[in-house]
Amino acid sequence: MNEIIEISTSDVVPVEKSVMLLQGIPLSERMSKNAEQIFLHARDVFKKCAHPAGIVKDIPQKAFQDVYKGQSFNAENTPVPEIALHADDLALFAVTLGRVVHDKINELFESKELALASMLDSVASAGVEKAADIVETKFLESLMTKGTVDKETVVMRYSPGYCGWHVSGQRKLFEYLKPSRIGIVLRDSFLMEPLKSVSGVLIAGKKEIHIFEDNYPFCSECETHSCQERIRALLDRA
Amino acid sequence: MDLLQDISVALQDGNCEKVEALVRQLLSAKVLPKDVLDKGLIAGMNVIGEKYKNHEIFLPEVLLAAKAMYKGMDVLRPLFLKDEIPTLCKVVIGTVQGDIHDIGKNLVAIMLRGAGFDVVDLGKDVPAEKFVEVAVQEKASVIGMSALLTTTMPAMKEVVERLKKRRLDGKIKTIIGGAPVSADYARHIGADAYGYDSVNAVEWVKKLTTQS
Repeated sequence: MNEIIEISTSDVVPVEKSVMLLQGIPLSERMSKNAEQIFLHARDVFKKCAHPAGIVKDIPQKAFQDVYKGQSFNAENTPVPEIALHADDLALFAVTLGRVVHDKINELFESKELALASMLDSVASAGVEKAADIVETKFLESLMTKGTVDKETVVMRYSPGYCGWHVSGQRKLFEYLKPSRIGIVLRDSFLMEPLKSVSGVLIAGKKEIHIFEDNYPFCSECETHSCQERIRALLDRA
Repeated sequence: MDLLQDISVALQDGNCEKVEALVRQLLSAKVLPKDVLDKGLIAGMNVIGEKYKNHEIFLPEVLLAAKAMYKGMDVLRPLFLKDEIPTLCKVVIGTVQGDIHDIGKNLVAIMLRGAGFDVVDLGKDVPAEKFVEVAVQEKASVIGMSALLTTTMPAMKEVVERLKKRRLDGKIKTIIGGAPVSADYARHIGADAYGYDSVNAVEWVKKLTTQS
């Protein structure tokens, strides 16, 4: 697989709950009436401004280990290389919502539409994760079509900047994947532009290979520990 | 005066029109612009800050209130310029070089203005030298720096070191914020404070500026 994935905007519109979390509203609370209105407004703006696109490219094990090594700044002991070693298939990926939505967020801030700007930022953050979910699914479907995996196979994604994979790993990832084909460029600080973009590796394999505990030294610096949430969701899958 | 209290309440409701109308009404009643600012708008934003801290309200309500405050400020601003009413201390703020994430920095700037500080927002991707130069030029009391990447965090240290080199570190305080930084990191690089969110950042800036 080495292709650009077309993604429909309507497929990446996030649900209220995922946006609430990004706005710092606990799920046990309800959005106020005002906040609810802003959310609906932000979602409408998002539908007009987001232009999602994705790109996926298969990568052999050895090539991935080289990409992962990056510029040798990774934490000493990290889970991803081990997970990858047990994978059935690997691919690098990137998704973006395009520049317009980012520009719109800035424009709203500048015009003092502060709550709407912030809400649109959260909608876009949740939206780009949905775009990555879609790319994950497409990759799995392609493997199913090829017949290289079975029903037990799952795909999970891991990104530079998380789980001990140093963000400088973006450099080699970009060299291999070439996400400029969907308009993503990498700055010297390894920041992707447009900002609402996600990149990483898709790892296909049995559920068990993705299970690890959050007790690595770098886990103490992680605010979300979302890996465990993702693992739980994985185990809950039928 | 009840109308001042009404401003505070309207602000908390994020009611821009009402805030604007009340500010005009108070000015017509010859209430001093500084009193409208301090006892109406800033008092209201202080309540917002407290409620946010106590998780009674969340980010959207804070930002709606901030927008309403700006509406009130728009009415007051020409009078401030004429009367030269001083604000609290000046804060130079920006996202450090190499980083273009600015939502967090924008929120801090909004809350600082809401608390009555004069904010010089340098935007994003700001070189270390510019933070220092502008702070000196503007006679700022505090430099606020934001970073969202581990790779751009070291730029904060560079600002702190530049201040030290010019022996300005006691005079111009520094506060840092952003997802990858922490109170430990602030201590490590010699920054004066770490703000974990916009309200906390305002509290720290208040502390830093009353210490000096």
